Amino acid sequence: MSKILKYRYGTALRLFFLYTALDSQAHAEMGKEYATPHEGWDLLWWTLMLDIVIIGVIFAAITLYLLVKYKRKGLNDVGTAKPLNALASFGWVFIPVFVFMADDVFLGLENMKHWLDFRRPPADALTVDMEAYMWGYEVKYPEGITLQNELRVPAGKPVRVNLTSRDVIHTLFIPDLRTKWDALPGTGLFLWFHPQKAGDHVMTCTEYCGMLHSSMYGKIIAMPEGEFTKWVEARKPRSQAPAEQTELKPGGES
Amino acid sequence: MRETGLTAGTEAGFRLKEWIFTTDHKRIAVLYMIGSFAAFLLAGLMAMLMRTELASVGPTLTDNPTNYNVWLYFHGAAMILGYQIPAVTGYFANYYVPLMIGAKDVAFPRLNAMSVWLFWMGIVVALLTFVIPDPPDIMWTGYPPYSIITEGNTAFYTFAVLLIGFSSIAGGVNFLTTIIRMRAPGVTWGKLNMFIWCLMAAFVIQLIFVPILGDAVIMLSMDKYLGTHFFDVAAGGSPLLYENLFWFYSHPAVYVILLPAMGVLFEIVATFSKNRIFNYKGAVYGGVWGTVGLSGVVWVHHLYVSGTAEWLVLIVVFTTLLISVPVGLLFISMVGTLYKGAIDYKTPMLYAAGFLFLFLIGGLTGIPNAMSAIYIHIHGTQWIVAHFHYVMAVSVTSAIIGGTYYLWPKLTGKMYSETLGKLGFSLFFLGVNLTFGPWLYLGYKGMPRRSYDYSQFPEFEPLQRFITYGSYLIFAAALVVLASWIHSLAKGERASANPWGSRSLEWTHTQSPPPPGNFEEPVNLPEDWDPYDYAGNR
Repeated sequence: MSKILKYRYGTALRLFFLYTALDSQAHAEMGKEYATPHEGWDLLWWTLMLDIVIIGVIFAAITLYLLVKYKRKGLNDVGTAKPLNALASFGWVFIPVFVFMADDVFLGLENMKHWLDFRRPPADALTVDMEAYMWGYEVKYPEGITLQNELRVPAGKPVRVNLTSRDVIHTLFIPDLRTKWDALPGTGLFLWFHPQKAGDHVMTCTEYCGMLHSSMYGKIIAMPEGEFTKWVEARKPRSQAPAEQTELKPGGES
Repeated sequence: MRETGLTAGTEAGFRLKEWIFTTDHKRIAVLYMIGSFAAFLLAGLMAMLMRTELASVGPTLTDNPTNYNVWLYFHGAAMILGYQIPAVTGYFANYYVPLMIGAKDVAFPRLNAMSVWLFWMGIVVALLTFVIPDPPDIMWTGYPPYSIITEGNTAFYTFAVLLIGFSSIAGGVNFLTTIIRMRAPGVTWGKLNMFIWCLMAAFVIQLIFVPILGDAVIMLSMDKYLGTHFFDVAAGGSPLLYENLFWFYSHPAVYVILLPAMGVLFEIVATFSKNRIFNYKGAVYGGVWGTVGLSGVVWVHHLYVSGTAEWLVLIVVFTTLLISVPVGLLFISMVGTLYKGAIDYKTPMLYAAGFLFLFLIGGLTGIPNAMSAIYIHIHGTQWIVAHFHYVMAVSVTSAIIGGTYYLWPKLTGKMYSETLGKLGFSLFFLGVNLTFGPWLYLGYKGMPRRSYDYSQFPEFEPLQRFITYGSYLIFAAALVVLASWIHSLAKGERASANPWGSRSLEWTHTQSPPPPGNFEEPVNLPEDWDPYDYAGNR
């Protein structure tokens, strides 16, 4: 955080003083070792759905009432409403503006909390490098294992995926874990996730990348931790030289 | 009364030369109308092909994904650039503006003719998609590096955008001048029709932002054909630059389309409720101009997961959420216009009533897109597609089709069949909800957009097929609408000057269709004139 504050956009950020306050809380998840962004996403989503359904139902009900109630009775009927006076006119602007803005600020602040969960990976997360290409994903583990269109991870541990692309813009999207991020050529970006149970998840591209875009998908396999360790041991290349890390440009603060 | 057909010419009968070289704003409006509806039908046909393809997992209609990608490219580009923008800022603008403000024509009639020529050339260049060997397959967004390395001849995209862009700029200059300088005595700023206000706002946005899109696509073609490196990471460029330039125009473009569409609906709602506009000043200054004010500071919400700086993301979350404020004011004003009205449910009013619900769904499903954390999951999924089809495609089409029914008697001098009109509306309203309702759910479950196939998600097949059937209903609705217009041209009764009993100038002060020069004598309005004063309050 302090790194970002020292950044040249400090002034703009200080305007959002709450941002700082929330950030320090982000890791202090109650009773949990790590945040679980996908659970947070579900919570935020249903809060939001409740919010927009309430607004929607109120507006739809009023609209329907007016549409039915003021149906023309006689052929020569005209509307009888009078133009608003200055005070009512102001009221009908400022009261809705106040209500909408209050809701917007509420939603915006809720959003910030969850965004920080998504964008602050634990420092000790298992880190893998992923290079997207036309049309697939190549995964490289620190132990030197390379996989195509498959990512094996230990269940219950946070995983950070460093993303880059060999050719055009791609996206890594994991619907079950509610996360995605773009893979840009020559630029290092990342996402992280925290699968809690063992199981398979689809990973797929959501940025149009040419002819076989719709065939660009693979599988994320969350394995019980013990099995994962055994798998890594079995697949590790014989030569013990540590695999070279891909050189990445720092991807800004994102 | 002459026995002319479409719009008033000087003589009965059809002469092609008179239409091509016309400088009459009413004829130019008809040229825009034909062009934009042709684009609509063709792009709609592409949608039918795509929906059929998606009805089952694996190849359905074609086994070559490139075909699908070209259909989708054409569908998006033609619907936005060939149908919606020209329909509201070309067709409606040309027909209504001089008539609503009591002018004989626009300020620069020959520039106006040039605008429509450029538009038609753009349509022709876009149509070449279907005859050139390697058509563009870059989607209407055309993101590099793909759009640079593709085999597709993307220059056809660039030139179509530039031609239609220049058409818009010329139109903007023309109509702003017309509205500011050529209002008849008595048409003051405080009594301007809502459509005119909305259109002014749209053209202000066009004049500011169209050049940015022009720059972006020119740079794209320079990178592809001339070897420059604006968007090439290896040479120090950035694809993000293009994404920013593209959305810097293309998000405001949403309001270019939406505002005049809402303007038309305001006219319809006021006329068929015989009522004043609710909180006119609040709607104009807060709603219309508030939207313009925010339109240029929200584009980054398209780029939340593209590697945009985090400080910018968190600011744009708030600016984007704030769009709900002016748009909400416009919505309240439109709904409030019904209060104490005398609503006559003719076909145009049905479309306006339908709009209120479609737009409500479209607007509210946009709120998740403003929230960056939520957006991480729904970006690039069918949720986004369903949202903008509710808020742009079908809401604005309600305005364009409803607005055409509203204008029909003035435009053609004929009445249409209410039975056919109402049948078309019912099919349309049912079809769009059966299609785009489940579509939202599909996106929430993670179905990616722009996908020829979905073999990673075989469980979506039943829902996909259901959506396909829904979309056929929309196409059937479009055919019924078209049939009702052809039926009217062939057999419609003669329309009186003001069949709706409106108080707006284009209905009260001229015949149907209006003669060349629009008004028999110069318009001069009394002090107590007001286009929405049905109750006699002034």
